[in-house]
Amino acid sequence: MSETFTKAMARNIFYGGAVFFFLLFLGLTFDTMQQLPGRDHRENITDSVVRGKHLWETNNCIGCHTLLGEGAYFAPELGNVYARRGGPFIKAWIAAQPTGSPGRRQMPNFNLNDQQLDDLVAFFKWTGEINTAKWPPNIEG
Amino acid sequence: MQYQSQAVAKPYFIAAIGLFVGQIIFGLIMGYQYVVGDFLFPEIPFNVARMVHTNLLIVWLLFGFMGATHYLIPEEAETELFSPKLGLITFWVFLVAGALTIVGYLMVPYATLAAMTGNDLLPTMGREFLEQPLITKVGIVIVVLTFLFNISMTVLKGRKTSISLVLLVGLWGLAIFFLFSFYNPSNLVLDKYFWWWTVHLWVEGVWELILGAMLAFVLIKVTGVDREVIEKWLYVIIAMTLITGIIGTGHHYFWIGTPEYWQWFGSVFSALEPIPFFMMTVFAFNMVNRRRREHPNKAATLWALGTGVMAFLGAGVWGFLHTLAPVNFFTHGTQVTAAHGHMAFYGAYVMVNLAMISYAMPMLRGRTANSGAAQTLEMWSFWLMTVSIVFITLFLTAAGILQVWLQRMGDTPMGFMAAQDQIMIFYWLREITGFVFLLGLVMYIWSFFCKKGEAQTAA
Repeated sequence: MSETFTKAMARNIFYGGAVFFFLLFLGLTFDTMQQLPGRDHRENITDSVVRGKHLWETNNCIGCHTLLGEGAYFAPELGNVYARRGGPFIKAWIAAQPTGSPGRRQMPNFNLNDQQLDDLVAFFKWTGEINTAKWPPNIEG
Repeated sequence: MQYQSQAVAKPYFIAAIGLFVGQIIFGLIMGYQYVVGDFLFPEIPFNVARMVHTNLLIVWLLFGFMGATHYLIPEEAETELFSPKLGLITFWVFLVAGALTIVGYLMVPYATLAAMTGNDLLPTMGREFLEQPLITKVGIVIVVLTFLFNISMTVLKGRKTSISLVLLVGLWGLAIFFLFSFYNPSNLVLDKYFWWWTVHLWVEGVWELILGAMLAFVLIKVTGVDREVIEKWLYVIIAMTLITGIIGTGHHYFWIGTPEYWQWFGSVFSALEPIPFFMMTVFAFNMVNRRRREHPNKAATLWALGTGVMAFLGAGVWGFLHTLAPVNFFTHGTQVTAAHGHMAFYGAYVMVNLAMISYAMPMLRGRTANSGAAQTLEMWSFWLMTVSIVFITLFLTAAGILQVWLQRMGDTPMGFMAAQDQIMIFYWLREITGFVFLLGLVMYIWSFFCKKGEAQTAA
């Protein structure tokens, strides 16, 4: 790099650029926070949804599945599982694990009671209603 | 070694390499579970193996960063560490806390671990990469703040170079953005939005400052190029990192419930994110070509050059591959993401740590460079690990493209597991390549114990 472009100039671009773009990021975040209530339908977050999310977390479901595309890629996307399978199927599926078929991927049994299964379904149902800009591309997730 | 207290770095480096081995072993277990689904079930389910794999990665990289900091700050500041004892205490606390956490993951079901460790007081667990129990998270904060106090005091009493300032900004940023891991609202969209403030603003933000400072330090040492030149490059690179990377967070805000304008912000800014990585490659090669001394440590120079190239390929090129919103609509959450993750982490953060260890470890053992035979072995390990990760990335990319084609395109898309069965061949190839990587890692460790040839003692 040329002699006219000094280290002090480079340093100023660094500090100035970092501050400017972080402030822009904060501004966009502020605007996003204003828009989110219309997109996440938070008025539908019931106690059951809250408990469902807690179960989702404390059983580390994200360690195999994706949820809205984030997580591990070992097992199916669950952001739209309510639309794909429906509540009764989801409950029966979770309760029936593991399948035990030799050589196939296995999901542990988490010993959830009926109330907890309902909570998880409520969480999946609410998640499926988030406005995700039409993602995923199709029902298979 | 110019300052006695630099020796604090040594245990950090040794622990980093030890945990690296653990990370690779669990990676191989997961890779095998991809092809033989019930392997080690129910003893080690996939989710547990993955948590161990990713958490060990994060922790060993942090050990590497901390070791590097303890090594380079005294030399940059031209003074002994503020408190070498504090440096050793943070090491042991961090190591024991980390080991207990991993043991917890492996010994009890995750839900039991959550109950045992008071997750109900403040639920923070069960989110990708932030699976650590609350007490571990609090422990990390205490360790990092103690470490930062020690390092900041050292810099304050000594010479203040641009390298130490950039490193300090990066490390303080690391501590600050980790605090978002304690924020876990029951609204999933908010949870995800701010989860990225830890995850993205770490790896595509402040960690890159740490990387830049470490690379600049190694390049000054092995090339002897004027500090003014190297530090000017450092500032330009990290300026571009933050100018592109902060708004680049938007590439995670395409499909999680956030407004559509993020598709524009995320696409445009993250399309620019390869620029700082490209500059890093040009920088590393330029400095080595303009070198003013022939440093006997050829292996360290190789790692430094490799960092530039592989970070550009993994973070830059493979990131760009799926970062534009119309592309990401199809690739989001597939093996394409996994491909990018593997090469980006290896190319940027693994390699810069190994470059630093390669340079510093001989010094810590009282020599300028290892013997020719040891360096040859180390360079073999460089090529084995690097070529393996390139192939792992290519296989996962192929798997990902096929997965998208089968599961997300066409009128009659396949279900997830049906598509997985179709791409099994690439998972096999990835797993086999993983063993080559392990071989490279074994050779790397072997190079530390190589007795052949004379170590170099004079610079």
